[in-house]
Amino acid sequence: MVQPLAAEIDRDHRFPQEAIEAATESGLMGVLIPREYGGAGLDALAFAICIEELAQACASTAVIVDVHTSVGTEPILLFGDEEQKRRWLPLLASGRLLGAFALSEPASGSDAASLKTTARRGGDGYVLNGTKVFITNIGHAGLYVVFARTGPDERAAGVSAFLVPADTPGLRVGQIFHKMGLHGSPTGELVLEDARVPAANRLGGEGEGFTIAMRALDSGRIGISGQALGIAQAAVDEARALMRERGHGQGDDFSLADMAARVESARLLAYHAAWLCGRGRRFTCEASMSKLHATDTAMQVALDTLQIAGDDGAAAGSPFERHVRDAKALQIYEGSNQVQRVVIARELLLG
Amino acid sequence: MDFEFTAEQVAIRDTIRELVQDRVAPRAAEIDAKSEYPKDIETLFAENGILGIPFPEEYGGISGSSVTICMGIEEIAKACASSSLILAVQALGSYPILVAGSEEQKKRLCPPLASGEKVAAYALSEPGSGSDAAAMKTRAKRYGNEYVLSGTKQFITHGSVAGTLVVFAETEPGTDHRGISAFVLERETSPWIVSKIEHKLGIRGSPTAQIVLEEVKVPASNRLGEEGAGFKLALAVLDRSRPGIGAQALGIAEGAFDYALNYVKDRQQFGQPISSFQGIQFMLADIATQIEAARHLVYLSATKADSKAPDLTKTAAMAKLFASDMAMRATTDCVQLLGGYGYISDYPVERMMRDAKITQIYEGTNQIQRVVIARALLR
Repeated sequence: MVQPLAAEIDRDHRFPQEAIEAATESGLMGVLIPREYGGAGLDALAFAICIEELAQACASTAVIVDVHTSVGTEPILLFGDEEQKRRWLPLLASGRLLGAFALSEPASGSDAASLKTTARRGGDGYVLNGTKVFITNIGHAGLYVVFARTGPDERAAGVSAFLVPADTPGLRVGQIFHKMGLHGSPTGELVLEDARVPAANRLGGEGEGFTIAMRALDSGRIGISGQALGIAQAAVDEARALMRERGHGQGDDFSLADMAARVESARLLAYHAAWLCGRGRRFTCEASMSKLHATDTAMQVALDTLQIAGDDGAAAGSPFERHVRDAKALQIYEGSNQVQRVVIARELLLG
Repeated sequence: MDFEFTAEQVAIRDTIRELVQDRVAPRAAEIDAKSEYPKDIETLFAENGILGIPFPEEYGGISGSSVTICMGIEEIAKACASSSLILAVQALGSYPILVAGSEEQKKRLCPPLASGEKVAAYALSEPGSGSDAAAMKTRAKRYGNEYVLSGTKQFITHGSVAGTLVVFAETEPGTDHRGISAFVLERETSPWIVSKIEHKLGIRGSPTAQIVLEEVKVPASNRLGEEGAGFKLALAVLDRSRPGIGAQALGIAEGAFDYALNYVKDRQQFGQPISSFQGIQFMLADIATQIEAARHLVYLSATKADSKAPDLTKTAAMAKLFASDMAMRATTDCVQLLGGYGYISDYPVERMMRDAKITQIYEGTNQIQRVVIARALLR
C-alpha cells in the first residue's frame, strides 16, 4: 500500500492520503496511545520498529506518521490532564485527527527558548500571535501542539504549550516550502493572528512548555532514528539487489560491507534508546546519540548506494536519488545534528 | 610548478566572473526549477568568446589551455553548475577533434564551435556499456566514401542541443576495443534522433539525452584518426576533460561555501551569530581546507594536461576523484549549516548539493578513477 506510492508522491509533491488511511486502519496512528484511549498501547521500541518499516517503503509517509505519533501526540500523553486525554487521544489514535508540533520560528531554530510567539490571557483563555515555521503535516493536521510565550521571562521559563485545533479562527497556513526531498510530507508556516484557545487547551502549567517540548523531542528522536534506519536499510537492500544482478568488484563489496555494519550499529543504538525509554529510564543522551548516528548513517548510505548505482541511480524516479534527497532532512530536523552533539556533550560533561 | 595564472588568464577569469554575477547567477534557481536548457546563457557565452576558450587561435578560439578552461568552468559553476557544463561539454566534444583530427578537419570543424555558432557533445556510453566502454554495440559500416552508423547512445550531455556530435562506434565488431573508431557527426548532414531526455537529481538545466542512430550516413572524411584508434582516443580525451569536472566540482563547493559562510555570520541564535560556536567553526575550517586541497590538485592536473605530462592520466583521475568527493561532502555540510533553510529551494545550497552528486558519477565514476589510479601505481 505504501511503497507503490513512494515514487509518485515524490514526483507530484502529493500528500499520501491512501497510505495514511491504510496506516490508520492498521492502528499505526495510535501505537503509543494506551488501549483505554483507543490506541494500541505499545512501547517506544514497537514505535521505532513501526516507523522503520514505514520508512523502508516511503520516507514521506514515515515522517507524517512519526510526527503525528511522537511529538504530535506524546505531549498530551505525558503532560495532559485526564480531561485532555479523554478528549483528544481517541481522536488522534483513530486517525480522525492528524497531529503536528509547532516549536520553530523564523528566528528561533536551534535556540528554541528564544521563541517570540505570544499567548496573552484574554477572557477565559489565551490569544496566540506569531509565526511558526518548518511545521510537518501543515495543512493536513487537525491539531497543533503550539509553544508560545506566556510569561515575562525571555527564555525557557516563559514558554507554555497549547493544543490548537486547525479550525481555530485566526489560525492559517502560510508559505508551503518546496523542499529537496520528503515531497509527500508538507512542510510550511503556521500563522497565528489573534487565535483564541480556551484555558482548557493549555498543556501543563504556565512556564512548563519548554520542558514539554524537550521531553517530546527526546522521544521524537527515537522516531527519526527509526525513519533513518528504514531509509538506510531500503538503500542497502536495493544496492544489494543491483549488485547481484549486475555483478560486483571488491570496491563495491567493501562499500556494501561498511554500509551494512553501520546500519546494524545504528539499529542497535536506536533500539537501546527506545528500550530505555520504554522502561521509564533516562534516555536523553542515548536518544541524541541514536539520532546523530542513524541520520548520518542514512545520509552516507544513501550517497554511497547512489554511487554504486551510478548514472541510472541519478535519474529522477530512481529510489537511489530519492533516498539522498529524503535522508538530508533527517540530519536537520528534530534538533540538527549539531544540537545533538551539544546535548550529548552536555550530558557527558554535566551528567 | 607555477602557482600563478598569467595576466591573460586572470583577465579572462575576471570577465567571466562579472558576466556570471550579472547574468548567470540570477537565472540559476529558475533554470533548475524548470529543468530548462539555458539557451540565453549559451548565447551569452558565445557572444563573449567563452565557448572559444577550448580552441587555439588558429582554429578561431582564444586559448586552448586546460588551465584556462578549468578557470572558466570553476567560475561559472560557483553560481550555476548546469551553465558550467555549456563550457565543459564544449571542451569535451571538441577534444577528440583537437587531439586526433587532421589539420583539414580542425580547420573545417573547429571554427563554428569556437564562435559558439554550434555546441558540441560526446557520445561514448551506451545502455549496456557504461564503465565498460569497450563493450559498446553501436556499429559503423563502411560503404565507399561514407560510413553508416547504427546504435543507441546513453546519458549524452547536450546530445539534444548539440550541432556537432563525436560518436564512438565499432568498425570491426567481434574484436575488443581495437575495433572502435571515432566519428564527427554534423547535425545538418548526419542527423540523429533524440529518443529520451532524462529527469535527474541535479544539473537539471543540462539536458542528458538518449540518442538513437538509425543508419546515419557520415562521410569518411569525418572519421577521426585511423580505424580502430577510437578507444585510445576516448581515453585520451577523458584524461583532458577530467580536470574540468574537478573544476566544476570545485566551483560548486565554493559557491555553496561562500553562501553558507555569509549565512552563519548573519544567523543569530542564543544571542550571537552561529559562526561564534566552535562546532560551526570546525565545520568551516574543514570545508575550506578541503576546497583548497582540491583546487591545487585540479590545477596541477590541468597544468599537466597542457604540458602533456606522462603521468596526466593518474593526476587527472586523482583530481576528479578528490574534488568531486570533496564537493559532495562540502555541499552536504553547507546545507547543514543553513539548517531547515538549507533544505528548501528558496536558498541555493540544496540545488548545489543535488548538482554535486553527478560529479562523482560522470566522465568515469569515482570507482573507475580508483581503478585508473591503482593501475597507474601498480604498473
